[in-house]
Amino acid sequence: MKHTHSRLTLAFACLFSVMVAGCGDNSADKQAQDAKVEIDSNPYPSTYKPISGEATVITNVTILDGVGKRIDNGMVYFADGKIAAVGETVEYPEGTQVIDGQGKWVTPGIIDNHSHLGVYPSPSVGSTSDGNEMVKPVTPGVWAEHSVWAQDSGFGRALAGGVTALQILPGSGNLIGGRSVVLKNVPNRTMQDMKFPDAPYGMKMACGENPKRVYGDKGGPMTRMGNVRGYRQAWADAQDYLRQWERYDKEYADGKNPKAPKRDLDLETLAGVLKGDILVHMHCYRADEMTTMIDLMQEFDYKIASFHHAVEAYKIADKLKENNICAALWADWWGFKLEAYDGIRENIPLVHTAGACAIVHSDDELGIQRLNQEAAKAWSDGKRAGMNIPMEDAWTWLSANPAKSLGIFDKTGSLETGKNADLVLWNGNPFSTYTKAERVYIDGGLAYSLDDKMSWPVSDFELGQVGEGDAK
Amino acid sequence: MKKLLAVIVAVAMSASASAENTAIVGGKVFTQTNQGILESATVLIKDGKIERITEGNTVPDGYTKVDATGKVVTPGLVGALTSLGLVEVSSWAGLVDASVETTPISSTGAAMDVSYAINPDSTLIGVSRLEGVTSAATTMESTEQLFHGLGAVISLNDNTDILKSKAFMVVNVGGDGAEETGGSRAALWVTLEQVLSEVTSVKNIPGPGSEWHGLTTRADLAALKGVVAGDIPLFMQADRAADIRQIIAFKKRHPSINIVLLHGVEAWRVADELAANDIPVIIDPQLNLPGNFEQLGATLANAGRLEAAGVTIAIGMETHNIRLATQHAGNAVANGLSHEAGIASLTSGPAKILGLEKQVGTLAPGKRADVVIWSGDPLEVTEVAEQVYINGKAIDMTSRQTKLRERYQTLQMQGGSMPSHYIRK
Repeated sequence: MKHTHSRLTLAFACLFSVMVAGCGDNSADKQAQDAKVEIDSNPYPSTYKPISGEATVITNVTILDGVGKRIDNGMVYFADGKIAAVGETVEYPEGTQVIDGQGKWVTPGIIDNHSHLGVYPSPSVGSTSDGNEMVKPVTPGVWAEHSVWAQDSGFGRALAGGVTALQILPGSGNLIGGRSVVLKNVPNRTMQDMKFPDAPYGMKMACGENPKRVYGDKGGPMTRMGNVRGYRQAWADAQDYLRQWERYDKEYADGKNPKAPKRDLDLETLAGVLKGDILVHMHCYRADEMTTMIDLMQEFDYKIASFHHAVEAYKIADKLKENNICAALWADWWGFKLEAYDGIRENIPLVHTAGACAIVHSDDELGIQRLNQEAAKAWSDGKRAGMNIPMEDAWTWLSANPAKSLGIFDKTGSLETGKNADLVLWNGNPFSTYTKAERVYIDGGLAYSLDDKMSWPVSDFELGQVGEGDAK
Repeated sequence: MKKLLAVIVAVAMSASASAENTAIVGGKVFTQTNQGILESATVLIKDGKIERITEGNTVPDGYTKVDATGKVVTPGLVGALTSLGLVEVSSWAGLVDASVETTPISSTGAAMDVSYAINPDSTLIGVSRLEGVTSAATTMESTEQLFHGLGAVISLNDNTDILKSKAFMVVNVGGDGAEETGGSRAALWVTLEQVLSEVTSVKNIPGPGSEWHGLTTRADLAALKGVVAGDIPLFMQADRAADIRQIIAFKKRHPSINIVLLHGVEAWRVADELAANDIPVIIDPQLNLPGNFEQLGATLANAGRLEAAGVTIAIGMETHNIRLATQHAGNAVANGLSHEAGIASLTSGPAKILGLEKQVGTLAPGKRADVVIWSGDPLEVTEVAEQVYINGKAIDMTSRQTKLRERYQTLQMQGGSMPSHYIRK
């Protein structure tokens, strides 16, 4: 099943067939066909335009390239929105802007793969609370992007913390909560202006306490076994839906004129996962539940890109590695509910040491502003427990691994030639409390500069209010 | 089995290894007193108290010497506002003593007293103390009434001793507080004034035989007597500048009441008046978003601006993660607070605000020997409390969390050859 043509194409095809063939049966050996029903997989396309930037080289700087290499006293050169060269010394043309990075550090931009900015924005009040469609347990047909309020001041604050891209997820009240969207963190008028070009969609699922707490008194599920029944039925329905479309496609290809199945927006998203077009991000705390979810994924033959919150990931790090599933984690949150009771400070380094893909995520409008410090805590806690992970490897938790989990690592997430110039110049060691992002570049454009107040994003909501343009 | 026994014996021995008299030698010592910061000093601990602090490394006989060269020594951290001992798991896992349902004993929330509810076996105590938190204010998070009951200050030692009961009372005079009292500040402040005038006008609390038709219950009257007399500090919670100005006006109307501003997201806008009226502030310096219409002026510069105006501040509003107060203070320092005030905001600042300055928060002769040896600057996220002393006793630096880590680190190293439940390192 191809879902590539726009509705315009569909309309034109019908018109064309009317003119040429009259849409009637004028063939003796072949049944006349209506226009093929095709579904536009991208009806709300990105309108993102990078901030224009000039060719720049940062010299004398400590570089963590995000894929395991550290260069002391190195150089990063970027131009036309891309990383052009990284090394101890690099060639760059005359006229390039030179920034002396003495005493400073350069890293890839931070990517948060778990944010609710825009769907639970500031101000955080009932009228802006748009992140959880808790009307029934399975709602894959809702898309977080249709709730994202681009005027959330949180985007600008996250930018000041070095965040260059982020995934906005619907909340975790439902077994299947809906689609996520990946954004470039250049705050702008609309969600589409921020939408990361060509990033795959994600789909949020949630284990455990949340769905059973929300639906226990509302028709279920009220238990963890009820949760699993809910996922399995949803996948079984999606398989059936997928087969209906496959049959339609085949019959159409055979020259018949089949009736297209009725579109079902919930099943369409699930079918997208089964086809491998949409990545599953699964809120799951407990080790035993994650293991069940791995079985579920094998039963229905789809892929879980990442477990989120995974407070007990350290207990099954080997299984995460075997199944190539990332774990998106907090450094130290614990105890706010029973499934978070076994949180430990070495979760991230233990997952990393087992060879699995560890990610530092925020799920929080304050935490997203200092993910570098969250990684620093996990890194140093790991070190004290005997896990000597070099900083250059630890940085994979903040950019390369989240980019992989989002399916955008071919575009961003490391300082490698040809990648988008999404990078941060830190005014010191980024694993220090006192260090700040001094310059944040997205696609080579300067999206934030600590020293230039005019570069600090001010949302419409803040304009003309107390604190407009103040240090944040 | 033999191996298991040996492990148990080793653990038991390490737990008992604490000396009565200790000399912590060679560290950079933040005394939080007029002695200031001493680059290399000796902290003498005797019979659970700080005996004295001397420059240099001379140690008298009879002290166990602990080398802190290259490390930092501070007073134990004082959690400024927590619900430690009142909550194990906050959501949906049994009773949480930090919240209360309506009960006839109190019509205003004033009479609730957390001293009866504190659980020394709470895992939060162990998790927090091994990261440097040695005492804490603890109180209810919600009563759905005007006041949040009587808070206490606890030690995070094995018994979770109460250092001070009826230590403070919280009243929220911001929007959330108004929600609980009539849905408008126009009702809330009148209620507050009426309640206080009731408390002052009643000389003797009416007994069961006499009629009483007040806004408060008899139990509330008793609790509020101490507030009106200034013995029990009143923590007044507000964020917007307008509400903070009301608090300052309230202080002028009631000079005897010992007022502390709590939360204060826009406190920086009223910093000079807060300083002039001697009102200290407990803040979370990281709040920099317009979370609602009371926080439009939110900025990371809040703490630094308050310090510049001369306001005493305390940092540390958390429960499960009160251990992160050091990170919060560090970020305040990155945004304009002096490092000195950053350390004070975690130690001497909250001790003074809580009226516990004679016992905790400073390293001075006669004080409780709550001391932390840090691997380096306590405000750096990569540094850690290496050894914590409470009441002069070196605490066992393990918790349920360190045990979980050890179990699964062992499992990882063994390649899963032993079922997890049997691994008790």
